[in-house]
Amino acid sequence: MPTPSADSTYTTYTTCDANEAVASVAYRLNELIAIYPITPSSAMAESCDEWAALGRPNLWGEVPQVVEMQSEGGVAGAVHGGLLGGALTTTFTASQGLLLMIPNLYKIAGELLPFTMHVSARALAAQGLSIFGDHQDVMAARATGCALLCSNSGQEAHDLALVAHAASYRSRIPFIHFFDGFRTSHEVSKLSLLSDDDLRAVIDEGDIAAFRGRAMTPDHPTLRGTAQNPDVYFQGREAVNRFYDALPGIVQATMDRLAAVTGRAYRLFDYFGHPEAERVVVAMGSSVETLAAVVDALAARGERVGLVAVRLFLPFAGHAFLAALPRTVRALAVLDRTKEPGSLGEPLYLNVVGALAEGRSTLAGSPRVVGGRYGLGSKEFTPGMARAVFSHLEAAEPRNHFTVGINDDVTGRSLAFDSEYDLEAADVRRCVFVGLGADGTVGANKNSIKIIGEQTANFAQGYFVYDSKKSGSMTISHLRFGPRPIRAPYLIRQADFVACSQFSFVGRTDVLRYAAPGAIVLLNSSFGAEETWSHLPREWQATLIEKKLRLFIIDATAVAQACGMGRRTNTVLQTCFFALSGVLPQEEAIKQIKKSIEKTYGKKGEQVVKMNWAAVDSALAGLREVTIPAACDATAVLTVPPRYPGASEFVRRVTARLLAEEGDLMPVSAIPLDGCWPTGTARFEKRNLALEIPAWDAAICIQCNKCVLVCPHAAIRAKFFEPAALAGAPAGFLSAPFRSADLPGRRYTIQVAPEDCTGCSLCVQVCPAKDKTNPRHKAIDMVAQPPRLAAERAHWDFFLALPDPDRATLDAKSVKGTQFMAPLIEFSGACAGCGETPYLKLLTQMMGDRLLIANATGCSSIYGGNLPTTPYCSDQNGRGPAWANSLFEDNAEFGFGLHLAVDQRAATARGILGRLAASLDPRLVQALLGADQSSEAGIAAQRSRVAALRQALEPLQTVDSLRLLALADALVKKSVWIVGGDGWAYDIGYGGLDHVLASGANVKVLVLDTEVYSNTGGQASKSTALGAVAKFASGGKATAKKDLGLIAMQYGNVYVARVAMGAKDSQTVTAFREAESFPGPALIIAYSHCIAHGFPLHLGLEQQKLAVDSGYWPLFRYDPRLADRGESGFKLDSGPPRIGLDKFMANETRFSILRHVDPARAAELGAAAQEQARRRYAHYQLLASPPPPPPAPAAAPAPTPNPTP
Amino acid sequence: MNLATSYLGLELTSPLIVGASPFCDNLDLARQLEGAGAGALVMRSLFEEQIDAEERALLHHLEASAESNPEASSYFPSFSEYQFTPAHYLRQLERLRATLKIPVIASLNGCRPGGWTDYAVRMESAGASALELNLYQLITDPAISAEDGEAELLETVARVTGSVRIPVAVKISPFHTSPTQFALALEQVGARGVVLFNRFYQPDFDIEELEVQPQLKLSDPSELLLRLRWLAIISPHLRGSLAATGGVHSATEVVKAILAGAHAVQLVSVLLKQGPNYLAIVLNGLRLWMEEHGYESVTEFRGAMNLRRCPDPAAYERSNYQHILQSWKV
Repeated sequence: MPTPSADSTYTTYTTCDANEAVASVAYRLNELIAIYPITPSSAMAESCDEWAALGRPNLWGEVPQVVEMQSEGGVAGAVHGGLLGGALTTTFTASQGLLLMIPNLYKIAGELLPFTMHVSARALAAQGLSIFGDHQDVMAARATGCALLCSNSGQEAHDLALVAHAASYRSRIPFIHFFDGFRTSHEVSKLSLLSDDDLRAVIDEGDIAAFRGRAMTPDHPTLRGTAQNPDVYFQGREAVNRFYDALPGIVQATMDRLAAVTGRAYRLFDYFGHPEAERVVVAMGSSVETLAAVVDALAARGERVGLVAVRLFLPFAGHAFLAALPRTVRALAVLDRTKEPGSLGEPLYLNVVGALAEGRSTLAGSPRVVGGRYGLGSKEFTPGMARAVFSHLEAAEPRNHFTVGINDDVTGRSLAFDSEYDLEAADVRRCVFVGLGADGTVGANKNSIKIIGEQTANFAQGYFVYDSKKSGSMTISHLRFGPRPIRAPYLIRQADFVACSQFSFVGRTDVLRYAAPGAIVLLNSSFGAEETWSHLPREWQATLIEKKLRLFIIDATAVAQACGMGRRTNTVLQTCFFALSGVLPQEEAIKQIKKSIEKTYGKKGEQVVKMNWAAVDSALAGLREVTIPAACDATAVLTVPPRYPGASEFVRRVTARLLAEEGDLMPVSAIPLDGCWPTGTARFEKRNLALEIPAWDAAICIQCNKCVLVCPHAAIRAKFFEPAALAGAPAGFLSAPFRSADLPGRRYTIQVAPEDCTGCSLCVQVCPAKDKTNPRHKAIDMVAQPPRLAAERAHWDFFLALPDPDRATLDAKSVKGTQFMAPLIEFSGACAGCGETPYLKLLTQMMGDRLLIANATGCSSIYGGNLPTTPYCSDQNGRGPAWANSLFEDNAEFGFGLHLAVDQRAATARGILGRLAASLDPRLVQALLGADQSSEAGIAAQRSRVAALRQALEPLQTVDSLRLLALADALVKKSVWIVGGDGWAYDIGYGGLDHVLASGANVKVLVLDTEVYSNTGGQASKSTALGAVAKFASGGKATAKKDLGLIAMQYGNVYVARVAMGAKDSQTVTAFREAESFPGPALIIAYSHCIAHGFPLHLGLEQQKLAVDSGYWPLFRYDPRLADRGESGFKLDSGPPRIGLDKFMANETRFSILRHVDPARAAELGAAAQEQARRRYAHYQLLASPPPPPPAPAAAPAPTPNPTP
Repeated sequence: MNLATSYLGLELTSPLIVGASPFCDNLDLARQLEGAGAGALVMRSLFEEQIDAEERALLHHLEASAESNPEASSYFPSFSEYQFTPAHYLRQLERLRATLKIPVIASLNGCRPGGWTDYAVRMESAGASALELNLYQLITDPAISAEDGEAELLETVARVTGSVRIPVAVKISPFHTSPTQFALALEQVGARGVVLFNRFYQPDFDIEELEVQPQLKLSDPSELLLRLRWLAIISPHLRGSLAATGGVHSATEVVKAILAGAHAVQLVSVLLKQGPNYLAIVLNGLRLWMEEHGYESVTEFRGAMNLRRCPDPAAYERSNYQHILQSWKV
């Protein structure tokens, strides 16, 4: 890790990703760092925050101030102010974050304020969100006046970060320095670090002094930000031209200074290839590396091809570009990693065309220029695709505005390419590791890269691919090692070494597709060498034989467990990798692994070091080679392809292929045009994650349905039904007499979805029904999944087919009643034991059939709407939540808009209905218009009336009747819920949320409060508690959590509830019901335990209870209807704290870690948190006390005696 | 009047020792206790198993969700450069030694031979005046005999005493079949003193939820009686030091413990309840009693009531039980 150092001798090779490499430069060159998390740039901010917490100095010996803002818009404002105030300032961002900064970037550039922002360039949300890399974000900032400097690799990003800062200080033009999100930002590679002296040699202290001299100060008062009239504004804009004219020269000069210091030379436009090239590609970003490799290969064959790598994109130095081109060029292809619909072409293309058109070039002829798009949203750009572009230029009439990398079967713009074309060098070792998220595989690989990259002369590269699930995700690590710098920013397809850390992946995912012929395969197998072979499916056996692979096995799980490391098999497999791959002599490898273990864990615990060392020593003893027979076993089973019973044509045609990892092969025509996808698809995944699933003991069960309530994945459900419905039940299907006085004679069943359960065991934890003679046994116990799978699968199918109870007959006020309502979010990819999803599930149960959800970006939008599937689904009538995600920052306003539209449609329908009253049954019209829809029965009745209305409208065939037919459903009540996390509600979206709540509109807001930005990795928000450690609050948060509920209550007309399902589920149900019934805005703040809290999530409900019992999270409801009646609208639903706050805090790593890293501060913040909890509860008690009686009316003046007649 | 006593070979200005407790975490409180007349301070116990468990748990939670999602490679700040529990303990030990004139006794809690030796050596290096090993053994495995259990404890102690030069005291449980024999065995493996007794935290039941509830209760003076009996029985046999801990809440209990043979007494619960300055009141009480009874030094009356010297040794033995029962007249 290239931690910045004041030590000027610190010039050496290191291995790290571009985010770290860039942060190390930015940190050392700045005094103020304003940050906000956004993928894939967050790591840069996190590094700076941690270095500042450790007191690392910058180049001038001071520790930079690192401040987290509420949004990127806030960051931009702080940067602007910091710059005007004379502080060397920087920030990091990507994607939507950069868009939010744009207004200020105009200001900063307009005021000639030098600074550099580092952007890990990322796609923008359009038809869908993408966290992955392309250049859409930076291209959206073209017009701001910022210079755009592009780096094409980790080393370049490190070097050009310095160039950007130095050139900015010299030129006074702000810089956006960008590199490809993920492919460059997250690729680990070996690079040469710039020392502090290198930095000093390139940065001009005179420029810094000049900048500081321009700082705003009352000692030399000035005025900025004037409002300018038509007389001067234009001239003012033109006044800066010479600064832009000078900029390319300044950048080149700075690059030259860097070259003088480091020997690494860069040009504004670097040309690679044949000196007399005829076909030339122009590109920027990581694709340059791939194109350069292809150019080398083609030129070596004598092809006259070349490449112009663009570094300074804006200002686009036309002359420099033309000078970089060989005179012989005949055809140019300009590749853009972005899309601008409707434009004549993408930005780089347009600049190249413009440069050629207006430049006085020395070219022999006028080359043909075509533009093409590639790589959007981290779509792979392979040598095959690069070669296809060069081949395309051979055509007499090459197609302009082509795409490469996809199959555009709609407009036919895509180029065909050879997906097998390979440029891997023979002396580069290629290794692929398939692992389970969090099993340590990725960490071990990063460590191996460090060992090989830093302890040998070899160069190394690592890139890591994750799926989008938060539970049971698969990771694929792509590692290359070789004697020269590795220029291959694309995934490995032919590996010499393939490892698989989970035997459960065998047959489920095609691990062997990565293996080149003759490759070594390492498999974690609990079977012996011979037994393993017989447990492999036929496809594996056939591939092993056909590709002549060597298979080695190790029972890494057993070794890890024996060494006390649980299921973390990383050290064991890493040792086997070194033993088998031979990249280092075995003895040396083991020494290095042990050394690195000591370095990683030495300060964290000796036992941990010893455990890992023991694992290293035990690993090799257990390594076995499996003898590969000449033929497959006759008895070897074929992997059963997944089936999609009851799936729609779309699911079979599209979703099924995405699930089969064939998404890259999907043609354009298969993808929905407008980002609109069907719901109810998560049920087809059948992820089989759980090693153990709940088993129900009907004899003990008290039928409380709490297990159903708390299940984060809706994988355990309850139904009651007529006994006759049991006809045809599969063997072993359990039921018990339904305990209900109102519905005697019915049967009751609890059923688990065995392939959808994640095994989190929250259901067991919450189950209150114990066997009185053996309290360890409950009505729900966890049991091994595999032996029960077949039977439970049949039971689940039968259970699903049982009729859902009539909603109108269920008690919607009770926990038990709501849990007979069908959950309309199921089997999401949320973490096992997630604290958020049970609330969403309850929401869909209580009002899912009439629910519209506006979902802020975050965890809930990822497990709610990350392809390939969605957990939102429909009931047996085909109704269910309609869900949409707009952005992170705008969710309240977005939901408000949805609400206005729903209201408008209802108002229009009612208006037409009124006009048509004469043509319809007046009783029906009256009933429709006056319907009471406050209950399930009322809504059901209204639905019947709407059906009757439709029938009555059909024959009329008037303009109004046809319009009403289209709008009739709007007469049934809808419920618009605005859902998001605390990062949205407390920080980035707070302004909008406040406005929407203040509007009085009938919208409902559910805040899933995890008290950190969970989705981006646990950064502090204003919801983070005092004393909690989070990223951006490494030393423990020193300020109290914002009391969002109290703020909302100030309006007086907002229903507010603070709930924690694990502490008091009945209060949660009541709050949802009251919020829904309240004729105005409602806000529910729901305590959601989270992996970012650092404790075993199966204890989430107990922790929620402790949170409430300790006063950490008091429960309350504020109902303005009660306040309007003169009562205290505020109901405190939890008693005074019964236990100390420390009892709650001690169980969670987010609090307890501070005790280990800074005990004094932990004690200080702990005491402050305790006092704050006490005061808050006292304040709530005050709010809950009855309001004083209204003052007696002022005494009326004594009546003037009225003489009686 | 001489309140000084010798304990583990350390010369203490008073026989009142602040027992293993959180007082050691706060230098100001430690100074107050010294000012109030404490003869020595025992640091809170470093729980060997707890250290391991905490290290593992912390690492588990820090790493549990790491590297599983493209947007979050971890969920906590990287703490690679911070130090964990034992380091803080040792640093605090150094600070206490630098701050206080009285001896500071470091304390280790555990039952199995293991990482103890390492920690003990580091405590010695950090300046501990002595070590107190808190043997907390709870055998639940029916295959393990009392003999096996004690052998394991003795091996544990032997390893520690063999690895450090500072004196080692051992705090034992009252539930040995022959505490006297065990105390002597401890002495044979190098212990310089024995502390009577460990207080086990007894779990309670919640009879509504059918759950076990761990609980922590502070001691009360009635707990001293058990200590008195065994101090009186053991003290004639032991060459090393004896300390009483558990139930010492006033000068009366201090006097009784010394009469039974204790070289020092440890106070915790009463100081937690009454504050550090209460120690001065206890010490003053001891002084008054000695004055009233004409004792010039603590050593004069130490062991005066032990099994060998007391007027009625049968009162310590089983006959005491019979006597009390028989004297109970309805």
